[in-house]
Amino acid sequence: MSVSCPTDTRPRELRVDGLNHAFGRDEVLAGIGFRLPAGEVAALVGPSGCGKTTLLHLAAGLLTVQEGQVSNGFDTTAFMFQQPRLLPWQTALDNIALGLKAAGLARAERHRRARGIGLRLGLAPRDLDKFPHQLSGGMQSRVALARALVLAPDLLLLDEPFSALDVGLKEELYRLLLDHQAARAMGVLMITHDLMEAVRLSDAILLMAPAPGRIVCRFELDVPAAQRDDAWVYRHTAELLQNAVVRDAFGMPPLMTGAVAAGAPAAGEQAAETPVTGMPAGGSHASALRLVATPDPALARSVSRCGG
Amino acid sequence: MRLLRAWAAGLPAYLWSGWGAIASLLLLFAAWEAVSLIYGPLVMPDPRSAFGTLLGLIESGAAWPELAATARRAMSGYALSLVAGSFLGLLAGLSMTASMMSRPLVTVLMGTPPIAWLVLAMLWFGASDGTPVFTVFVAAFPVIFIGALQGTRTLDNQLRGMAEAFRLPRRMMFTDVYLPHVVSYLFPAWIAALGTSWKVVVMAELLATQDGVGAALAASRSHLDTAATMAWIAAVVGLLLAVEYLVLEPIKREVERWREQGR
Repeated sequence: MSVSCPTDTRPRELRVDGLNHAFGRDEVLAGIGFRLPAGEVAALVGPSGCGKTTLLHLAAGLLTVQEGQVSNGFDTTAFMFQQPRLLPWQTALDNIALGLKAAGLARAERHRRARGIGLRLGLAPRDLDKFPHQLSGGMQSRVALARALVLAPDLLLLDEPFSALDVGLKEELYRLLLDHQAARAMGVLMITHDLMEAVRLSDAILLMAPAPGRIVCRFELDVPAAQRDDAWVYRHTAELLQNAVVRDAFGMPPLMTGAVAAGAPAAGEQAAETPVTGMPAGGSHASALRLVATPDPALARSVSRCGG
Repeated sequence: MRLLRAWAAGLPAYLWSGWGAIASLLLLFAAWEAVSLIYGPLVMPDPRSAFGTLLGLIESGAAWPELAATARRAMSGYALSLVAGSFLGLLAGLSMTASMMSRPLVTVLMGTPPIAWLVLAMLWFGASDGTPVFTVFVAAFPVIFIGALQGTRTLDNQLRGMAEAFRLPRRMMFTDVYLPHVVSYLFPAWIAALGTSWKVVVMAELLATQDGVGAALAASRSHLDTAATMAWIAAVVGLLLAVEYLVLEPIKREVERWREQGR
């Protein structure tokens, strides 16, 4: 894994440049480039099958980079999967402490830390002695989150970790995650296909489009996540859903109402060939609404493609 | 040591939970007695005379050498199949080709009746210990082999990916991820194979050796001594039950506590 290297002087950021990846002859990722500095939460958003998980696994070093560069300047990286993936034969406490054990910490110390973080994430003391099958799905997710956070990571990679949870649990885990993130200036790169989740949590949204997977644009949200209320999240999620580039990426037909759609022909399913309103229009429109589309130089190629 | 303590601590509750089992065994004894009352002691002696004969055999010291000989053969064959079956099964499970190829072979082994192996073994090993030991080995091997094979084949890719993401060192990969999973398949196979060994060894002795419980059964049959026959059967079954329910089952419960359903 090209992850930890405490002595180097690289900036504390995750940097991905010109990343291409293929499974056999299937081109999965093409020309991916972005930068994730410490303290920023970035969401990778896109339809199913656009290579989000592949990109995250490349960033984590779980896959070998074929072409391009992934450079991770963070000291410690932790990964949380879509399913809890707990070891069924170990108690919740031992599961949380797994990464610490791998790092060679003594038993008493790793249990002390695991207990601390487990309790903070809302696990009861007796839950910690239970085996995973005795815990509900929500409790298992807490254990999985605790297992990642106990490593005190500088970079946390999340692969749709909350997608199977109910709304209340999601909200609670969001809050726990954001508290932890803010306290430690942790960088977070998360996959989601829930736009609301992305708007709720992230400082930047990287929109991906499929075949081959590429980043088509980047939205920046300039209100700190802690200050966003539900109304703000709903409004900006709706905003995002009306954006032509977003609709295109998800294969939705362009909006037929309002000035935006005036010039657009009814294109039906052929989303890729549908003319979309260009970045400048989207940008000026969004800046008033604090959703800023920034044509990052690294993204120029893909942006110009989606801008027509 | 931890296992021993857990075993001792769990024993009273475990025994208490055995009342149901004891009640159903007593029902079996009642049926046995009923049959002996209807058909007479020559066809089926009543339980009291069978256990009385057994007690006499134990007190006179005649039972122990036979039981020891039988146990020695059963355990030798069992130990061989345990080592070979576990090791080869694990190896075969590591390779897709090997597991595909070994499956039909093992099915053939499983499908061949032990009595057929016994005839072959008698030709090869004569009246020596080799005959029962070999027969036990051949009967128990496929059971353990299949358990080990499935244990390795079903290793979870998701857990492996997780272990990589948390950068588990090779040793932990083995002790924390692979081993517990494989043991959860191996242990039940070991227990099943033990039962098989114990049954097959008596059969082999009956036909092939001059001592051991099987030989004693053959002798009692030729004397038309049904009480002694039942006594020997009770001894063999009792020993198997004792080993399985007093030793193996509690260990299994402790080792596989994580599988328990409910709370």
